[in-house]
Amino acid sequence: MPGQPDSPLCVAVLVKQVPDSAEIKMDPRTGTLIREGVPAVMNPDDRLGLETALALKDSLGALVTALSMGPIQAVDVLSEALAMGADRGVLLSDRNFAGADTWATSFTLGRALERLMSQGPLDLVICGRQASDGDTAQIGPQVAEHLGWPQVTYVERLEVEGRELRAWRRLPGLVQKVLCPLPAVVTVLATPQAPRWPLVDRLLWACREAAPLEVWDAADIEAPAARTGLKGSLTRVVKTFSPKGQRVTQWLEGTAAEQSQALLAELRGHKLI
Amino acid sequence: MAIWVIADKCTGCGLCVKACPYGAMQVQDKLAALGPRCTQCGACLEACKFEALGSDLADEPRPDLSGYRGVWVFCEVQDGALARVSLELLGQGARLAAELGQTLATVLLGEDVEGLVPELAAQGADRVYLAQDAGLAAYSTLAYTRVLSELIATHRPNILLLGATPLGRDLAPRLSRRLDLGLTADCTELAIDPVDGGLWQTRPAFGGNVMATIVTPTARPQMATVRPGVMALGPRRDGAQAEVVRHPVRLEPGDLLVRLLASQAQGQRPVDLGAARVIVAGGRGCGGPQGMELLAQLAQALGGELGGTRVAVEEGWLGQARQIGQTGVTVRPDLYIACGISGAIQHRAGCLGARYIVAINRDRRAPIFSVADYALAGDMFKIVPAMLAALKGAA
Ligand SMILES: Cc1cc2nc3c(=O)[nH]c(=O)nc-3n(C[C@H](O)[C@H](O)[C@H](O)COP(=O)(O)OP(=O)(O)OC[C@H]3O[C@@H](n4cnc5c(N)ncnc54)[C@H](O)[C@@H]3O)c2cc1C
Ligand SMILES: Nc1ncnc2c1ncn2[C@@H]1O[C@H](COP(=O)(O)O)[C@@H](O)[C@H]1O
Repeated sequence: MPGQPDSPLCVAVLVKQVPDSAEIKMDPRTGTLIREGVPAVMNPDDRLGLETALALKDSLGALVTALSMGPIQAVDVLSEALAMGADRGVLLSDRNFAGADTWATSFTLGRALERLMSQGPLDLVICGRQASDGDTAQIGPQVAEHLGWPQVTYVERLEVEGRELRAWRRLPGLVQKVLCPLPAVVTVLATPQAPRWPLVDRLLWACREAAPLEVWDAADIEAPAARTGLKGSLTRVVKTFSPKGQRVTQWLEGTAAEQSQALLAELRGHKLI
Repeated sequence: MAIWVIADKCTGCGLCVKACPYGAMQVQDKLAALGPRCTQCGACLEACKFEALGSDLADEPRPDLSGYRGVWVFCEVQDGALARVSLELLGQGARLAAELGQTLATVLLGEDVEGLVPELAAQGADRVYLAQDAGLAAYSTLAYTRVLSELIATHRPNILLLGATPLGRDLAPRLSRRLDLGLTADCTELAIDPVDGGLWQTRPAFGGNVMATIVTPTARPQMATVRPGVMALGPRRDGAQAEVVRHPVRLEPGDLLVRLLASQAQGQRPVDLGAARVIVAGGRGCGGPQGMELLAQLAQALGGELGGTRVAVEEGWLGQARQIGQTGVTVRPDLYIACGISGAIQHRAGCLGARYIVAINRDRRAPIFSVADYALAGDMFKIVPAMLAALKGAA
């Protein structure tokens, strides 16, 4: 039971599989994303979340469960999490979960966390600050609200002592140190140590049949179709387009001196300087 | 729940392929076909001109939303003053409110913040919802969520805008989940749908490679966080009055669970690139701190600020607060001079709002030129000194 000195701290880490953003390109002809052959990777911030949890495992013997929602291929990020040191992986995968906005995603993840809690204690949920594909940074606070737990965002360092956590929050030009009772949800944007690499022998183990990986569907977490996926979403994408920014480019040619004279004349003409 | 292709009507024109943000649509044998990547976002349904796509997604009965009126802006207070982003939101909020024929209100929370009311009125607020309490002196997620959700439940606004600042992005999702509202993060454009009066919320997705326009059809208020630096200020109305609506605050112990132990300033003096009229920005082409120093001189000569790319920041030539782009700040100066910058999409995302863009780059094919008004192909170490000399000569 949580609170007893000899029971381990139980941590869930939310990890998402995202397209490798450095590889995403636009097709200039059609204006759509080229996703063919773009590798899927673990969201960079979630690697930091895992490192934060695994550091608690090193120091306090925490039990770490990695949780992800996505298509069945997303199991890869969970294998990677196991190889880094997580104890258990749970993938939420169901046709009904597709197309979810952050409301529906946080509902689905929230239901899964509730199921974890019906199986055993849970003291801390760690999320990345944001996913590199959606960039919303909304899931952490929304999951915290689903659970009714306090939240601490933008964490760069974390310590747990008894039933409290101490966190260092990195804000622009400022570091805040806060104290928060457990259970709680944190979102992380940095770690004191670089995230550890997956271990090869653990990776082999994580890819075996007997690895502690489970797949849960909508029925497993009792998530009604009306509250998950596109159907449960409160926002709708009505249009996508390439960013504008087509300007009429005027080339200023000549020597450096001629170019700079021409430029300054133009800028003066527009009263910019 | 699904989308399907109606074979009799489909012409294989491929409009849906273009529209699909997930690359899930294909044309096979002159017929559109949905692949496994489909997330049922519905973008193809909008795009099809031939009614050749069927779905059971849309057309659920819409709740009556007419009781929700008014545009609200959440005010962020920093060191006793209004954050610049709140002023930008008031400017944008006033334009939206005028279009809807509704009022613009602001929500002001804090301990002793009433003195800011005249400034809010001058910035366009018709009404100020004021909640003052010692427990609100410093921002805390749970206390602010409680007060805002009470205010929203009582006064039922149509739109609620918050700055996409660390504070706004901590608060808005918590609030959206408490009240079961849709929320769009980090918008760069807001407009009113001329047909149904809904809020079109446009934001970059996939690292700025795509823009997505999002609506919140069934829940009110429509909530969005808005990127600092992208909305223009409105005209000042000095001496204007705003109606003040006081909200009694009753916090509970559960609202004060997270305690601030210490707060320590870090790094250099804070810079505000969002407010700069002229920005000179440098990238890897600066080659080192000396190159950046040269640009600092140009910035100074033009009365502007210095900024740069992630590369320049990672190399240590520039403080983090001066990074412009997707993971840095968004700026909208009148003049943006990019020197030794290739113009990667993640960088362009932060400077496209500039009125004029000047690019100086050795490589004629650099993508930065495609977004430049003035293109100078050449060595910045020759052109920038020439500009400095000419400016000095003119002074
Ligand atoms: C998820 C993600 C987020 C990112 N966020 C940001 C962000 O917020 N901001 C950002 O800036 N980047 C960001 N990046 C990085 C971005 O993709 C580019 O790598 C970066 O902007 C390139 O910086 P640069 O233009 O300085 O360098 P380079 O791309 O190396 O370009 C240097 C340019 O300088 C020119 N040059 C060299 N010498 C001279 C000379 N003497 N005179 C004139 N020209 C010269 C070269 O021709 C070249 O075009 C992000 C990347 C990712 C994957
Ligand atoms: N589908 C998902 N599965 C698991 N975790 C997620 C998922 N989406 C978001 N998260 C978590 O929420 C964080 C913030 O994501 P976002 O709000 O989408 O920017 C991520 O860093 C993850 O920790």
